Amino acid sequence: MGDILDSLKEILGERWVSNRPEELWYYSRDPGVLEPHRPDYVVAPQTPEQVQRIVQLAARERVPLVPMGNAMALTGLVIPLRGGIVVDMKRMNRILEVNEMARYAVVEGGTSQGALKAYLQEQYPHLRHSLPDAPAGTTIAANVALHGQGRLTQQYGFNSEMVCGLEIVLPTGEICRVGSPSLGPHWFSRGPALPDLSGLFLGWLGTTGIITKVGLRLYPNKRFREVEIFVTDMPELVPEVIYRLTHLELLEDMTVWFQPKPLMFKDNYHVTIYFTGDSQEEIEFKRKMVWDALQEFMDSKDGGFMVVDPLKPRLLEMPQRSVAEFADVPRGGGFEYSGPITLVEHFPRYAQKLVELAGKYDLLYAGTARVISGGHAMMFAISFAFNRADRAMMERVKAAMDEATEFALQMGSIPWKPNFMEQKMILQKMDPVTRGLIQSVRRLLDPNNIMNPGNWEV
Amino acid sequence: MEYVRSIEHKDVVHRCFRCGYCKFPGDYQDFNCPSYKVFGWDTYSPGGRMWLIRAWLSGEIETSERFAEILYSCTACGSCQQHCPFPRFSDSLLKVFEEVKAELVNHGRIPPTVRDYFKAVSVSGNPYKMPREDRAKWAEGTGLEGYSGQEFLLYAGCVASLDEVGQRMARSVGKTLLEAGVSVGILAEEEPCDGSEVRALGEVELFRQLAKENIEDFKRRGIKRIIAMDPHAYDAFKNHYPELGGTFQVFHYTETLVRLIKEGRVRPRKLDARVTYHDPCYLGRRNKIYEAPRRTLKAVEGLELVEMRRHRENSFCCGGGGGNFFTDILGRGEQRPGSIRIKEALATGASILAVACPICAKMLSDASKEQEESGKLQILDVAGVLAGAS
Amino acid sequence: MLALRHDPEICKECPSPRCLLDCQYMEMGEEEARQEILKLARGEDSRLLKDCVTCYGCEEYCPYGNHPFFLICEMREKKGIYTAPRPITNQWINMTQMQGKALVGKLKDVALSSCVLPSLGTMASGEIFAGLSSSMVLGAEFMCPAVHTHFAKMSVLKERLPIVLGNFRRLGVRELICLHDECYGTFTSLAQAYGMEVPFEPVYYMDFLLRRLEELQEKLRPLELSVVYQRPCSNRWIPRKHAVAKKLLDMLGARLMERTYQDDNSLCCGGILRLIGGYKLSDEVQRRNIEDMARTGAEYCVFNCPACQETLGPKVAKAGLKPIHMIDLCKMALGEIPKGEV
Repeated sequence: MGDILDSLKEILGERWVSNRPEELWYYSRDPGVLEPHRPDYVVAPQTPEQVQRIVQLAARERVPLVPMGNAMALTGLVIPLRGGIVVDMKRMNRILEVNEMARYAVVEGGTSQGALKAYLQEQYPHLRHSLPDAPAGTTIAANVALHGQGRLTQQYGFNSEMVCGLEIVLPTGEICRVGSPSLGPHWFSRGPALPDLSGLFLGWLGTTGIITKVGLRLYPNKRFREVEIFVTDMPELVPEVIYRLTHLELLEDMTVWFQPKPLMFKDNYHVTIYFTGDSQEEIEFKRKMVWDALQEFMDSKDGGFMVVDPLKPRLLEMPQRSVAEFADVPRGGGFEYSGPITLVEHFPRYAQKLVELAGKYDLLYAGTARVISGGHAMMFAISFAFNRADRAMMERVKAAMDEATEFALQMGSIPWKPNFMEQKMILQKMDPVTRGLIQSVRRLLDPNNIMNPGNWEV
Repeated sequence: MEYVRSIEHKDVVHRCFRCGYCKFPGDYQDFNCPSYKVFGWDTYSPGGRMWLIRAWLSGEIETSERFAEILYSCTACGSCQQHCPFPRFSDSLLKVFEEVKAELVNHGRIPPTVRDYFKAVSVSGNPYKMPREDRAKWAEGTGLEGYSGQEFLLYAGCVASLDEVGQRMARSVGKTLLEAGVSVGILAEEEPCDGSEVRALGEVELFRQLAKENIEDFKRRGIKRIIAMDPHAYDAFKNHYPELGGTFQVFHYTETLVRLIKEGRVRPRKLDARVTYHDPCYLGRRNKIYEAPRRTLKAVEGLELVEMRRHRENSFCCGGGGGNFFTDILGRGEQRPGSIRIKEALATGASILAVACPICAKMLSDASKEQEESGKLQILDVAGVLAGAS
Repeated sequence: MLALRHDPEICKECPSPRCLLDCQYMEMGEEEARQEILKLARGEDSRLLKDCVTCYGCEEYCPYGNHPFFLICEMREKKGIYTAPRPITNQWINMTQMQGKALVGKLKDVALSSCVLPSLGTMASGEIFAGLSSSMVLGAEFMCPAVHTHFAKMSVLKERLPIVLGNFRRLGVRELICLHDECYGTFTSLAQAYGMEVPFEPVYYMDFLLRRLEELQEKLRPLELSVVYQRPCSNRWIPRKHAVAKKLLDMLGARLMERTYQDDNSLCCGGILRLIGGYKLSDEVQRRNIEDMARTGAEYCVFNCPACQETLGPKVAKAGLKPIHMIDLCKMALGEIPKGEV
């Protein structure tokens, strides 16, 4: 072990390697409900070459490697289940390139969402990226690696679908470029028209390599951004509402949320509809289209638009800090959520299940759904807030989450960013041929089984 | 929560979500936490520190040198409190850090430089171990007289009295006030340490002792109104002396300058220059004084005031707070906060970086010397700008 | 059970049903008008149940104080008819629920009611309110539940108003200065319509402003500004108080510009219309109102209701008028708010 420490210090310099109790304690856990596991070392590389040398060392010594961003997935994906080396990628946080005409950016493996937002705001104010509502310190690479979603997901799909090139250090230590960067200096494609290798790295939760560069599509940033909230007390109407709104092909983000408190939200389902424009004319036109699309429900009195002005500043914030605020509602600094990807038409059943689980486990809940690529799917988040000082409450949250995942699998949904136990449930339910392929890919890419072991394992 | 150790605000510690908003300014352009910027480990960020404190309170980690370094690398700049999204938790954020430091002091588990600081203040009345007579030297030739019942006490503080860069600022402030006809007196060699940094570093007993002595002394002299040069002293007198029995009317010198300009008692000289202003943490975020220095600067004919991207409540700390101007736990190097701030100032195209705190003046001047373009940027306190750049 | 004091005989004998003939949103002839009101009184279906947009105009237009609007409200609820969509109606009921979070200041005999609108409380400061600012209540426990009449939920009002009055009684408030017309209208006109005893004397805030400005005469500097006035719907419950607004503007030296949509032809701000009738009606009413204001060339639009101000403020500003509340206008005349600042 001493040799490994020395080798790591030689690669990174003493300052960027730690096996002190403080780092080991902190990097053994995330803010979710899962048990911690101690790493042996924590490292913070700054270049792909350093990452490469760390991986080579780990492969040689058969030491597990766990790459991490800001650890906000909350499902324990950065917890080193078998010890080893946690690789904190956040020192690699530069923006390497922006191609304005082609609208893409190339960032490093630890570049934060906030850094890219701030950079574009200053240098390319007419460009934006699909910002998730996770705190601004979360990394772009981690978000795409677990098929995260953001403000532009309703229009353009998962954030991983916006990847346009990757650089990865393979578990065997080679630096690999994927997509158009494998042929030249341009980062406009993660796969097409080549065999699409990006699929070997997106969604694998760090088990097939460490991402050191991400090419990310950028999109037009309009001058104005507006929001309306359509409210109904009938969850069975929600899929139809979404269908009509997505038919317009005019809107930005669309989320549906419901929660018992504050009182003004009680018993209602809120569809938050964002739209953008470069002129007031464009904005007013879109607003009218939105209202007209849902006129029928207003006529039947089953739904209507609420007064939105007092909520606007919070709703228009990007990222929305109020999402993190949910963690403190039980004065406990924590929340956990399960966000299966499923059909929009499942909304009423999921809503019902959430309320049922909250009742059964006596928990404070919030339900949020985000529409994905025009209604082809949605992410339905079942969230429970907990008080970190209340162990019993945390156990109930865990149990509720497990039941939620079982339900999701029964519905034929895909649990999103599953923890290692949920991954096993998924693999068990999965078509055996598909499962076999996943295992083969892992064996091929990571013969020494060093990459985030314990994940995607049968 | 079951804790084996205790601090006053232990009941909020578990409410930290380690979301990381505390690391950033409002527009996320760079890390705004000096210790995180320098050290790079999450454990040196406010959220990491808070989680470690929870581990320490519950006995899962023990007091250690590194733990102490993590605590004392904090410059108490308050950016974390400003940006934390949990209002009922963030109010106590800085207090938690202070209380843990106090515990470390109680058990003698503090970095050697911090121990040196306390010893020096205790024995010599200043961190530099300089003799008390030296405290009067800055005022020589200014015309400022000893306090003997004037309207205001002009309080300089340790850094302004004894550090070379600080002394320049002290002279500039003192002369400006005197020329404006303000009735001020100084304590010179009898000036005590205000204790602000002693308190921020956790030596609560020493602070209380210093404060009580000072309060008694000020009362005995009949001091009712104080103009402080140093925002740290301002903060101590305004926010921490009252609970120890000392209620004085306290002003920061820029507040006085604004009033004097309005009354026509200070006439700024014309200055054709682009100037940028660095908000000191203890004046801005801690005490919400953002306008007075700006209004003072804008009163100068020909002066173009430009803002650095991180300004007001998003200001990036010079790195001198939390005793770091002395303990130097953040160290030198490229990621040194002062160096980063100088680069930001240069990026505005300004030829003058205006400051309103002697610690900022010192930290930024030191950092500036190590940079190639240091000749392009003059660091001047606000009173110095009024008197015209030389 | 609180019952509305409506006398159908009055409607039968009414020579000219101005309540509906003057309605700005429904077109009908005299006979049809009489019939529709009588249908309501008999509990039958009527087009009023669907077409009324709750502008409160008929409360003012009826010369006999026979409360036609309250009748429409009662009948709607009886028949399970919603104005705004049901989930929005319930949202407002939930939003204004009493949760034990009301703020009670240092109450004297005379108190200020900020209803549930903190902005009113904030405005009630300075010389005019010297000595009174801290004698204030704010919160659902003191809210006049009038807004629910827009949503045809008179039952909510009947349930909550007695509790509110009881809260005031318990606090020993003798005189209540109502900073909002809805409060004053509820505690006078509506309370009377339902035979409810009000344990304090409601004071119209503009009467209070007039008195205070007279007392502060020496500090008053005539504003010499041209203004238009946005008359709120709730003022229709207390039409005799409309004259006070004019008197006040006169005393402030504000020149009230003549326009089409003024006095009893005033137009709704459109906020509630949007919830009930959709954007088309709301946009149209707002457009007419603002064009009418802009045509006068007035510098300021004076508001009497924070809800109107929130709804119309940004829009009047775009049309070149500065939005300001009546209280702030008074403060401007006393030099507490610089002229030109809003």
